[in-house]
Amino acid sequence: MNADITLTVDGRERSLTVDPRTTLLDALREHLGVTSPKKGCDHGQCGSCTVLLDGRRTLICLALAVAHDGAVVVTADGLGRGDELHPVAEAFLDADAYQCGYCTPGQICSAVGVLDEAADGWPSAVTPDLAADEVVLDRHEIAERMSGNLCRCGAYAHIVDAVSAVGNGAVR
Amino acid sequence: MTTTDLVPARAMGTPRRRTEGPAKVTGTARYAAEYAVARPLHLHPILATVPRGRVTAIHTTAAEALDGVVAVLTTRDAEALADTADREFAVLQDDEIGFRGQYVAAVLADTSETARHGADLVRVTYDEDPFRARLDPDSGELYAPDSVNPAFATDSVIGDVSSALRDAPVTVDATYRTAMTHNNPMEPHASIVVWEPAGTGGRFTIFDSTQGVSATRRNVATVFGLDPGDVDVISPHVGGGFGSKGNMHANVVLACLAARRVPGRPVTYALTRQQMFSLVGYRTPTVQHVRLGASPDGRLTGLVHDVVEQTSRIKEFAEQTATYSRSVYAAPHRRTTHRLDPLDVPVPSWMRAPGECPGSFAAEVAMDELATACGLDPVELRIRNEPDADPESGKPFSSRHLVECLRRGVERFGWSRRDPTPRARLVDGWWTGTGVAAAAYPANRAPGSGATVRFHAPAAGGEEHWDVEIAAADIGTGARTVLGQIAADALDVDVDTVEVTVGDTAVPAATVAGGSSGTTNWGTAVVDAAQRFREKFGADPSDGDEADGTTPETDAAEHYAMSAFGAHFVEVAVHADTGEIRVPRMLGVFAAGRILNPTTARSQLLGGMTMGLSMALHEDSVMDPRSGHVVNHDLANYHIASCADVGEIDVEWIDEVDPHVNPMGSKGIGEIGIVGAAAAVANAAHHATGVRVRSVPITVDAFLG
Ligand code: FES
Ligand code: FES
Repeated sequence: MNADITLTVDGRERSLTVDPRTTLLDALREHLGVTSPKKGCDHGQCGSCTVLLDGRRTLICLALAVAHDGAVVVTADGLGRGDELHPVAEAFLDADAYQCGYCTPGQICSAVGVLDEAADGWPSAVTPDLAADEVVLDRHEIAERMSGNLCRCGAYAHIVDAVSAVGNGAVR
Repeated sequence: MTTTDLVPARAMGTPRRRTEGPAKVTGTARYAAEYAVARPLHLHPILATVPRGRVTAIHTTAAEALDGVVAVLTTRDAEALADTADREFAVLQDDEIGFRGQYVAAVLADTSETARHGADLVRVTYDEDPFRARLDPDSGELYAPDSVNPAFATDSVIGDVSSALRDAPVTVDATYRTAMTHNNPMEPHASIVVWEPAGTGGRFTIFDSTQGVSATRRNVATVFGLDPGDVDVISPHVGGGFGSKGNMHANVVLACLAARRVPGRPVTYALTRQQMFSLVGYRTPTVQHVRLGASPDGRLTGLVHDVVEQTSRIKEFAEQTATYSRSVYAAPHRRTTHRLDPLDVPVPSWMRAPGECPGSFAAEVAMDELATACGLDPVELRIRNEPDADPESGKPFSSRHLVECLRRGVERFGWSRRDPTPRARLVDGWWTGTGVAAAAYPANRAPGSGATVRFHAPAAGGEEHWDVEIAAADIGTGARTVLGQIAADALDVDVDTVEVTVGDTAVPAATVAGGSSGTTNWGTAVVDAAQRFREKFGADPSDGDEADGTTPETDAAEHYAMSAFGAHFVEVAVHADTGEIRVPRMLGVFAAGRILNPTTARSQLLGGMTMGLSMALHEDSVMDPRSGHVVNHDLANYHIASCADVGEIDVEWIDEVDPHVNPMGSKGIGEIGIVGAAAAVANAAHHATGVRVRSVPITVDAFLG
């Protein structure tokens, strides 16, 4: 009943055999030893497991691995180039936008997604003009768009600082 | 001698990024369940579905027949533990059920999916006994504990408070309630345990998510009758704890029991979010009766703070809720009491600022009510009740700058422009208002930490470097970073040459990260080790030289009352039609000794305030009294503040260096940010709407109808 699948994880092609019940999150964490995406709830309620799945931020505790054969996964560990950190990760360090660090990889993947979505003109619940081509990421927009990623350490103020510092579309 | 020789501050007081930052932002910092171990087995437990009674049967055949299930542990076959004096640790020892959600069995399997499937196949039947799961301030079972957490007197009485209240021209008499809340660190409690038998004994290796590896080692050794040296605990990164990982809980015992079933094989057990609502502690709900008596100019003549809160019948935890009222305001006549209602519920425990957090809610809202009753500005009222010395013990404060915090906040927040009239500002459909509350948290210090400092001479062309080793915990506080700064200054070396190891029983034992005492306890041990190093080896040590230090005893607490203080200023907006409440602005000003790392300190204080906001508006573990079950046991239903709930939030501290607490001149800052924050929100809500809310969380219904 198990299935063979192939994933590209942080640029590396990985083949594995999974139980059909295995989530993409467990496939990474338990089968491939990729523990950058975290498990905070396993129910799509906290954002800790956020990665870029085929380019979009996704909660992979809600994705079944068998349904994602061939997918391209980028975790917070795969965002940078070589030893160079991604600008969002750098901004998190600058702003001290984390404490325990458990929500952090998910926050950073989510922030990268937010910057892309805003640049693509995707409105949020607080966007004043739904028809605008581009969204201005002010603090209000950032906080709204980052609210799917809970942080129990309460680093939100600094997370908004970090995302603001990177700015609108700067990381495309 | 009570004044410590202060270490000259060079690295201390200077902003510094977290040492482990790059590992955390890439997600490569390893947390407990993430260690690469060979052929791990996964554990999934079965939890009691009745709150009180006993197991009558456990049917395991179907689970055992499942391909991939390696073992099923039950109350019927678990090994007898060596020491079950702590009933919370008496895992699977008998059939008695003390609360819903208690462990009754566990399945070990080669994958997490199979373990969960196997657990679903285990059938348990029970005999149910009558039970109580709802806190009742009028319960006939209320009792006075011998002491309250950790070792405070249960009650305190000074003067004749009944007469003082009777004779007072102005009085406040009100009951306040705080909800049951759960710590919910983002990283669920988790362990990987390996048991390796040897001779008649054996050895545990435990990767654990804990606020204290040394305490976990001691507890596991006691429960299993081992030498502490035969228990290794490794916990370099911890995904938050806020107290829930401060005391060991039953999950570690269960994982250890399972590991002993399968010698040599690692057992992984990460709790589900749902399991965290019955097994790893929570903040007890409280009912607090506060009575204040004052002269018309607002000076307190009498103060009573009577608390009723719940504990579990199987193990007592007595939150020190009224201790806040023992030290903050002057009043000649005063009384505080604590009574517990023993229930058939999970065991309450530490959650960020146990005692001070819920206690300050009642005390600081009551002060706001008194300000209204006296027609006084609430800041001025607090200043008028500033004591010269600790109101109960009479000891002088080692340092106390509450008034300065209030005054600085007044300036920063623009408080002086405030019109005191409640329900007077309707802006775009929102009633707006501002509120204030004070904060205090004791500067705790405990013995029991050691540290090692070791020198490495520069290799050819390289740099010298220093190892600092102490089994402290960095649960997101920045402890690893700040201990490096302390060591650098104590040794008088460049901070970049210091490497700190924490979170491992392989290095000298240390106290838990709790009571905001970590930096004091561990930093003092590091300073001691550094000073001994210099005494032994002077300014020119050789490669490999090392010295050990400890946290020396001090009698400062006999001579001084030592606390950090602070003031919260909050703006609230309440929607006139829907009752929706928002907090667009928060400011916290703190006086907490020398701030050792402004970067991480700011984060900790903001984090505490954010959790206070969360307590004020969201957090409420809903206990169903018919089932003994916290019905909203996940993060979709147990709400915590999210990014969009936080508006403008800022923190500031005033210059303070306390020479009595520790040689760094600092005080703890992990908890004071949450103290008083919820009261400031409630006070601002009153100013906004004229509605006095005396319970948290504050929800829309308070403002409607
Ligand atoms: S672990 Fe996926 S959202 Fe919480
Ligand atoms: S940094 Fe700890 S949960 Fe966000």
